[in-house]
Amino acid sequence: MYQMKKDRLTELFQAISGTKDLFLPLRKCDQTNYGLWTPEEVFDLETLKTVKSAKDCFFPQSEVLYRCKTEDGKISIDPQKLCDRPFVVFGMRACDVKAVEVLDRVFLSEPVDTFYAARREHGTIVSLACHEPEETCFCRNFGVDAAASGADVETWIIGDSLYWKPLTEKGEALTESLQAVLEAADGEASACEAEETVAREQEAIRGVIEKLPFSHLDLSRFQPENTMELFDSPLWEELYKPCLACGTCTFVCPTCQCYDIRDFDSGKNGVQRYRCWDSCMYSDFTMMAHGNLRTSQMQRFRQRFMHKLVYYPANNDGLYSCVGCGRCVSKCPASLNIVKVIKKLGGEA
Amino acid sequence: MCECSCGGKTKTDTLIPMVGVITDIRTETPDVKTFRVVGRGGKKLFEHMPGQCAMVSVPGVGEAMFSITSSPTNTEYQEFSIKRCGTLTDYLHGMTVGEELTVRGPYGNAFPVETALKGQNLLFIAGGIGLAPLRSVINYVLDKRENYGTVDILYGSRSMDDLVQLKEIQEVWMKTPGVNVYLTIDREQEGWDGHVGFVPSYLKELEFATDKTVLVCGPPIMIKFVLAALGEMGFEKTQVYTTLELRMKCGVGKCGRCNIGSKYVCKDGPVFRCDEIDELPPEY
Repeated sequence: MYQMKKDRLTELFQAISGTKDLFLPLRKCDQTNYGLWTPEEVFDLETLKTVKSAKDCFFPQSEVLYRCKTEDGKISIDPQKLCDRPFVVFGMRACDVKAVEVLDRVFLSEPVDTFYAARREHGTIVSLACHEPEETCFCRNFGVDAAASGADVETWIIGDSLYWKPLTEKGEALTESLQAVLEAADGEASACEAEETVAREQEAIRGVIEKLPFSHLDLSRFQPENTMELFDSPLWEELYKPCLACGTCTFVCPTCQCYDIRDFDSGKNGVQRYRCWDSCMYSDFTMMAHGNLRTSQMQRFRQRFMHKLVYYPANNDGLYSCVGCGRCVSKCPASLNIVKVIKKLGGEA
Repeated sequence: MCECSCGGKTKTDTLIPMVGVITDIRTETPDVKTFRVVGRGGKKLFEHMPGQCAMVSVPGVGEAMFSITSSPTNTEYQEFSIKRCGTLTDYLHGMTVGEELTVRGPYGNAFPVETALKGQNLLFIAGGIGLAPLRSVINYVLDKRENYGTVDILYGSRSMDDLVQLKEIQEVWMKTPGVNVYLTIDREQEGWDGHVGFVPSYLKELEFATDKTVLVCGPPIMIKFVLAALGEMGFEKTQVYTTLELRMKCGVGKCGRCNIGSKYVCKDGPVFRCDEIDELPPEY
């Protein structure tokens, strides 16, 4: 366990960004989102939830896969260079850390997505515990511990201090490189005191989480063997009605991983084939030459939640593709969200 | 072999295609052409199994999944029979021999030609462009004739002008011993003295014995009625294989488009045994 005064955070960030790219929650245009930190940027560790998750750091909203040129009828293909620069994401909440595990199961399974894998290899995650969880949080249901994320490094801001605990080899290596800023506990008594301070904070966080309104959802019906029963439920017709099909839930979701592949023809510089986030909420998602297999918004709405709560777990040892971050709860303009779906289909409401 | 300009330095992602050259184009019907494709060095792009697909693309135009219609026993090239029905296929139909496109794959599973189908009597049922994936299996089976029992092929299309691969059907399949070919078209047409009627009703008329394993491919509506007819004739669902078709972008079960239930059609399909399809939510 290491600690440092909170007012030295800029020093810490300068030390990290000296050798690595550093992604932090940055305050811009009245919003907080992850971005590349430079000393001119204003970081914001107070806001509990960034608007978009930290997904961008590993699976960017848009990225070029390769460039193509056709000259004299000959096509040349120039693959995008993979990430080869070490970087640190600082400030990720435990839910967003868990979401990376959900994405790993998709992108690191064979055939490995090399673009994602290179970012995972070069990225070190430093989490920040949720000092004040919000009412929209329901991470507890998905095995997330907001007080201990399991990231490469776990940190807590308590009072005027930052407490820093490396957990993995990557975390240890990062810690090693920051010895000038981080202070190792001086003597056994002081180490003990730091551990106790963090333990008290963890207990307090878990106490708050325990009492949140959505912390005890009943997920027991969302099992692969209930697929058809859930799929055929008449409740979908009722649930989906307010959905505007805007796709906001999929874009702010830390685990949504659907993507599109498209071309940008830049004229004489050739064609950039890029991929970008896509949404199963959109009608053209399944549009084919011979027709569309999901013609109604009800079907598309159902697909999103069935995937998160039934299909994904069926393929991934019961792991849900939801981490309870609550972004969909706070951002849906029609007040729809996965909590309502879980309650309704789970038989609670 | 990596043909991009990276010089072999990067591990090539499955999303990065190879350059293919069109070496032959056959006009099959007014809206179907068969394209023969090889790598730039003149060799076959990759090895595949019957039923597998590949992503064919023209940079700046689009990329789409097509079944590979040539048999794996062909060591020289791959073929794609492509119906003109959208932006990319329109463009492809305007291309000429010698032009380049990109290909990546192969993707998906295959018909179980080396396991469940081995030693079996086979009944192929195809409608329209649905012959494309089955042609790969049929030619594989004909090239390894001793490994399989009887072969019956029932193929139908809207009109006699819409029958794909008619030359090969008449000159090769119909002349192979132990192979019976039954052709039908939807409506009477001048110059056609063969059977007239839809595939599902012709199937019932033919009264096939149920000692066969059936492979079905065609438009969704035909598949639906063929499966019902097979049920009436006494075929078990475990005897019948078909393919599903959904929108695809990545080909490797990650982009999410072809997800039905816990399956990804690009990776876990496109070939499914009919009892497996019954376990999926009916979204195909």
